[in-house]
Amino acid sequence: MRRFVSILVWGAVSAAGAFAFATLAWSRGETVSAAWILIAAVCTYAVGYRFYSRFIVSRVFALDPGRATPAERLDNGRDFVPTGKWVLFGHHFAAIAGAGPLVGPVLAAQFGFLPGTLWLVIGVVLGGAVQDLTILCCSLRRDGKSLGQMAREEISPAAGLTAMLAVLFIMVLLIAVLALIVVNALKASPWGLFTIACTIPIALLMGWWMRTWRPGRVLEASLAGGLLLLAALVGGGWISRHAGPAAVFTLSGGALTALIVSYGFVASVLPVWMLLLPRDYLSTFLKVATILALGVAILIILPPLRMPATTPFARLGEGPVFAGKFFPFVFITIACGAISGFHALVSSGTTPKMLRRETDARLIGYGGMLMESFVGVMAMIAACTLHPGVYFAMNTAPQALQQAAPVLQSAGFVVSPDTMAALAAAVGEKTLVGRAGGAPALAVGMTQIFSGVTRVLGGRTLTALWYHFAIMFEALFILTTIDAGTRVARFMLQELLGRVWPPMGRTSWYPSVVATSAVIVLGWGYFLFQGVVDPLGGINSLWPLFGIANQMLAIVALCVATTVVIKMGRARFAWVTLLPLAWLVAVTMTAGFEKVFSADPKLGFLAHIASLAGSADPHAGRLVLNDRVNAGMTIAFTAVVLLLLAISVREWLLVLTRRKAAVVNEVPYVASAYASGD
Amino acid sequence: MRRVIERLLRVLRRVAGAPDYQGYLEHCRRAGHPPRLDERSYVREFFETKRPSRCC
Repeated sequence: MRRFVSILVWGAVSAAGAFAFATLAWSRGETVSAAWILIAAVCTYAVGYRFYSRFIVSRVFALDPGRATPAERLDNGRDFVPTGKWVLFGHHFAAIAGAGPLVGPVLAAQFGFLPGTLWLVIGVVLGGAVQDLTILCCSLRRDGKSLGQMAREEISPAAGLTAMLAVLFIMVLLIAVLALIVVNALKASPWGLFTIACTIPIALLMGWWMRTWRPGRVLEASLAGGLLLLAALVGGGWISRHAGPAAVFTLSGGALTALIVSYGFVASVLPVWMLLLPRDYLSTFLKVATILALGVAILIILPPLRMPATTPFARLGEGPVFAGKFFPFVFITIACGAISGFHALVSSGTTPKMLRRETDARLIGYGGMLMESFVGVMAMIAACTLHPGVYFAMNTAPQALQQAAPVLQSAGFVVSPDTMAALAAAVGEKTLVGRAGGAPALAVGMTQIFSGVTRVLGGRTLTALWYHFAIMFEALFILTTIDAGTRVARFMLQELLGRVWPPMGRTSWYPSVVATSAVIVLGWGYFLFQGVVDPLGGINSLWPLFGIANQMLAIVALCVATTVVIKMGRARFAWVTLLPLAWLVAVTMTAGFEKVFSADPKLGFLAHIASLAGSADPHAGRLVLNDRVNAGMTIAFTAVVLLLLAISVREWLLVLTRRKAAVVNEVPYVASAYASGD
Repeated sequence: MRRVIERLLRVLRRVAGAPDYQGYLEHCRRAGHPPRLDERSYVREFFETKRPSRCC
């Protein structure tokens, strides 16, 4: 009877999901409710979690609730702490969810709502959540070892070094792209800049509060910080309405670049408790609360999608937001939310050291990634509730907008300058045209949703306040990632240099701290500046590079997971990790090849260099240098990942043909006290 | 009610990755040794050794 009910329930869930997908796919011109996207996503997640994740933990990794975890065996009350699964779910989700799942879907909306939504929902079930879960399982059985350590021990020392270099390069690019999003959002925006500038003294105050004044009182300090942040948000409105103060906080992209680079350097060399951690706590609470609020708001108003299912750019490949056809670029543009290599660093970082029971990995690794995908789906909905004309006017630099004008007009994606001016005035900005980067478009989408709720509840629309709240929400946790990323990249560089000259590896030796911080900051600062001065907005060339790099890191992670599965004697299940691995190799290699060698100057770096030959453009020299650096980076990433892939395949073949013993570096079995109810 | 609020606050602290001195005391009790650190020293050590883990 129970089995019959189960079949009935899961049959109904599957049918509801299939019906929602069919409704989305068959829409042609008519307005579609966001409810269909929500139903399709939730039903797919439910089926994937119930059946696929269970298969992975029970058949592939054979997780055992009776086996002691590192948190239980090495419990030290600090890093290794047995933690309840729902608490750890929240902790893990707060660590993996950043700007990526919000910005990627907004940019990918240039292809329409369907391609990005399909990739978000299907990609996470078969790829992203599988990667997060398998790496968590591998690290869990190895005392919480990092991805680099596992690559070294399970594949080879060369693979470990390759993985570490890949992570370092990708980190530099990631920080540059995120910083560019903040610069584009705060450029000529006194309200936004004032609010974000206030977060620095607020964080310093919080740091003093929770370390010196009232040690450990993080919640108190965060509450005070949150209230001060809201005051800064309201104060920013006052600043923007008064010419004198507004002029002080109205800065160009170049000036903001100099400020953000200086900030990154200072944040990296200061003690972690002074600026980084307080900002991290503040942004964590704000992030979780805002994402929950956005989810509830979407459910209340179920906004109609004004973007069509697909736009002409999916087929033509000449999109103004970024160039390239939907294959492979929708899979590159949406990384976090579907599959993100960066999550492998968290899944082999703090999380495996806190699991109370092995079987909790299913909820945290697989379920946490499904939640992140759902954030991406909400961002897609927010972007697609905008009028397509508004969306393209906001996300496109004026020069690219001019080039795409014929296609935009024929598709009916036009908006009058008066409409854009009225929208800008409503949100308290001078202009919203050409605000590339995704953050302002997402903020406008969120504003429409939140304003809709306050209107439904009988209040005022509070449009300008909601817009700047959304900008603050995005910029705050992007800056947290910039702080944390710069520091982590600095640690990695110190570790690498320490192999050559040991004093450089000491994280407490100040000359090393300053020198390595400067190298990292100058590295991402270069790419940031390149994006800021790019006449096409920068995002169109840097975001695909970041996406390619992030997906290549996922290839590294899946190589490690496949190696472990094969060495465990479960090669018959290796398809679980090989399937997303093969897909990512196809996607990243195609995208990398097109970015470097495409004959279209809007897409290929080398073709763009050729198109600038003999150009009278005074910036031509710099653009040529940027293209050469970008092409070099893409080729370097590709070479590093192909090398690691080749080393991995060789290892698999050696083990499968029994020419090498399958040594599994798992820690020995110890019975868990929790299993007996202790 | 007070216990519920305390429990909720503890959950929030742990979700955010904040120091948890009560958790440290419980660990010492489980391990069967007296606490090596008072709260101030525990918090100081926690903040000084914490490495941030944030994704994109």
